[in-house]
Amino acid sequence: MKWLHKDLLDVSRLSKAEVMAIFETAGRFQELQERPVKKVPTLKGRSVVLFFAEPSTRTKTSFDVAGKRLSADTFSLAKSSSSLTKGESLKDTALTLQAMAPDAIVIRHWCSGAARFMADRLDCSVINAGDGRHAHPTQALLDSFTLHQEWGDLSGRTILILGDIAHSRVARSNVILLNMLGAKVRLCGPRTLLPPAVRNWPVEVYSDLDEAVRGVDAVMCLRLQLERQKDGLLPDLREYARTYGLGMKHVELANPDVRIMHPGPLNRGVEISSELADTANSLILDQVASGVVVRMALLFLYMTRKGEE
Amino acid sequence: MAKIDLIVRRAKLDGQDVDVFVSEGKIAEVKPSAETLEAGDAVVEEAFGLTLLPSMTDVHVHLREPGFEYKEDVESGLRAAAWGGFSNIMCMANTKPVNDNGAVTEFMLDKARKHWPDGPRLFPIGALTKGLQGKELAPMGELAEAGCAAFSNDGVPVESTKIFRLAVEYASDWDRVVIDHCEDPYLGVAAGVNEGEVSSRLGLPGQPDVAEAMQVARDILLAEYLDLPIHLAHISCRRSADLIRFAKSRGVKISAETTPHYLTMTENILEAEATEFDALAKVNPPLRTEDDRQAMIEALNDGTIDCLATDHAPHAGYEKETEFDVAPCGITGLDTALSVTWGLVRDGVLTREAFLRAWTTAPCGIFKLPVNAFKPGDPADFFLFDEDEDWTVSPATLHSKGKNTPLLGSVLKGRVKTHFIAGKKVV
Ligand SMILES: [Zn+2]
Repeated sequence: MKWLHKDLLDVSRLSKAEVMAIFETAGRFQELQERPVKKVPTLKGRSVVLFFAEPSTRTKTSFDVAGKRLSADTFSLAKSSSSLTKGESLKDTALTLQAMAPDAIVIRHWCSGAARFMADRLDCSVINAGDGRHAHPTQALLDSFTLHQEWGDLSGRTILILGDIAHSRVARSNVILLNMLGAKVRLCGPRTLLPPAVRNWPVEVYSDLDEAVRGVDAVMCLRLQLERQKDGLLPDLREYARTYGLGMKHVELANPDVRIMHPGPLNRGVEISSELADTANSLILDQVASGVVVRMALLFLYMTRKGEE
Repeated sequence: MAKIDLIVRRAKLDGQDVDVFVSEGKIAEVKPSAETLEAGDAVVEEAFGLTLLPSMTDVHVHLREPGFEYKEDVESGLRAAAWGGFSNIMCMANTKPVNDNGAVTEFMLDKARKHWPDGPRLFPIGALTKGLQGKELAPMGELAEAGCAAFSNDGVPVESTKIFRLAVEYASDWDRVVIDHCEDPYLGVAAGVNEGEVSSRLGLPGQPDVAEAMQVARDILLAEYLDLPIHLAHISCRRSADLIRFAKSRGVKISAETTPHYLTMTENILEAEATEFDALAKVNPPLRTEDDRQAMIEALNDGTIDCLATDHAPHAGYEKETEFDVAPCGITGLDTALSVTWGLVRDGVLTREAFLRAWTTAPCGIFKLPVNAFKPGDPADFFLFDEDEDWTVSPATLHSKGKNTPLLGSVLKGRVKTHFIAGKKVV
């Protein structure tokens, strides 16, 4: 497939065929994972800047590993360790990065729209690794890829996204992508953690978890930012865990085969019971493995784009 | 009849060709154009059939001087006003230092006299509370004496309803109207995006329309209880308009303004492919829905909303070229207001009557400012307007230092060609 997009800002601008192409490419890289030497020279001599203005060890490491397995040179620019921090505007950061002439930039930023802002100002590919509450396309792609590995086609499957939907870029991107792939999406969380216009989203909304899990094929738990309690959005963590924490009893209510997912890092005992996170139902570690190959696929497709044109 | 010192010939006033006779800065007579004219030693300005409109009044402008001259100063703000068709502008108190004492007011007025001695006229608005802190009343007597035409905490609305009530009462002793920036201080403050469909999809924290409407309701109840006037700044949504209509039906002394951007733009700008997350469209209150936009037009046409104001809020380019969350709120408007709102008249959306009321008689009535309705004795404040001239909104065509408008790049119709204030040509 000829890859035409310069940037990956959200899954909404991808077609279903393009998503399938990403999965297919990721599938090929997955075989590589099983070899003793897990490195190919595909992106040798190309450079990827990992610009993480908001810290995230997991996502950053995942991109780093993905880049290195393709023999790309990866450079980190963390907020705390770079001069691109205090007082410098994002525009100046963009110009500085541009001057380093990388082939791709992976950006994580606390502001919604920051990836778009960079994409408008940079010639190289910009891959959004999470911007504010807006989008997290690579997470959504790896989530769906993980399910795709389990089931093949996602159409007709019902997937519950559980927890703090309002502040979650993971949920936003997953709602779009899962719908695109034909799955039915349910959302469940306290009203204070649902987006204001959620009733108009292509989802079913539940406030009762027991009801929400009935008959679902997978549950995606979201990480609860503990400061939400300080924001007054929930009374306390104990009540949250009692009401919206996913536990073993929910597996029975769903079906014994239900898949459990979580983007990590886990607050064990808050959004998910520790016991459940470690059962055979859990795909949490598969998600991590999928993360690397999906990101390899993305770096490959976006960074070889010019050569194929 | 007094000696005529200016005659404007063959101007188009509401479809008629007229000659305007000006004497000592005032309108002497307006009559159908004559074939020949006895001009005497009067100056004759040939209008060549350009449209004649009375100068407009903008009761809500941020001039930024003192303190933020890099965004705008009195000189550049008045220049934008002169070219924009405004003879009177009222400027808000959120400068640095805040306009909460007579010295700041006098400083602004000195600057205005120095740079624009013949107008546009500047009417500063004094702070309601010292330092806009919402704690202690500002010395409104001193401010009124120094030249403040009204009082407002716009920019930092008063949190305490008690202090706000006291301010409204105290201001009435000086025969000044209080202008309230209606925003519940706890519900999504200055988010710059409407809470709803678009904010939910974009993952931006939004400001709900009830944050505005709740304060509108509070102000209506207070105005009725105190039997004192309150002017509501930059109304943006249907809920507020409905409340104001109800208040007026009860005879409450409420007046209100909306801005050209709430008449012509919606939240959808923020998710359109070309302008997604564009901080140039970040304004407080935020751009709302299409239904709210329609409500603003209805409310302006039926007089529920009394006047238009730009809420001209200039910012430096770099301040807006940043992440949406970080960018300041505000859209500049003095340069574009006339073209934008006259466009609505041309399209039959806004009546000519509502346009004139909203930009001239209503604001001047509320704040007791000079107004021209082309009656003998009215101040000779008017401009000649080429309705058909296309112009592109760009940093070069805007007279304001503030280039922060989502209209950048678009083509507007209609430009001021000549502007007279009190019979003197300022443009
Ligand atoms: Zn305001």
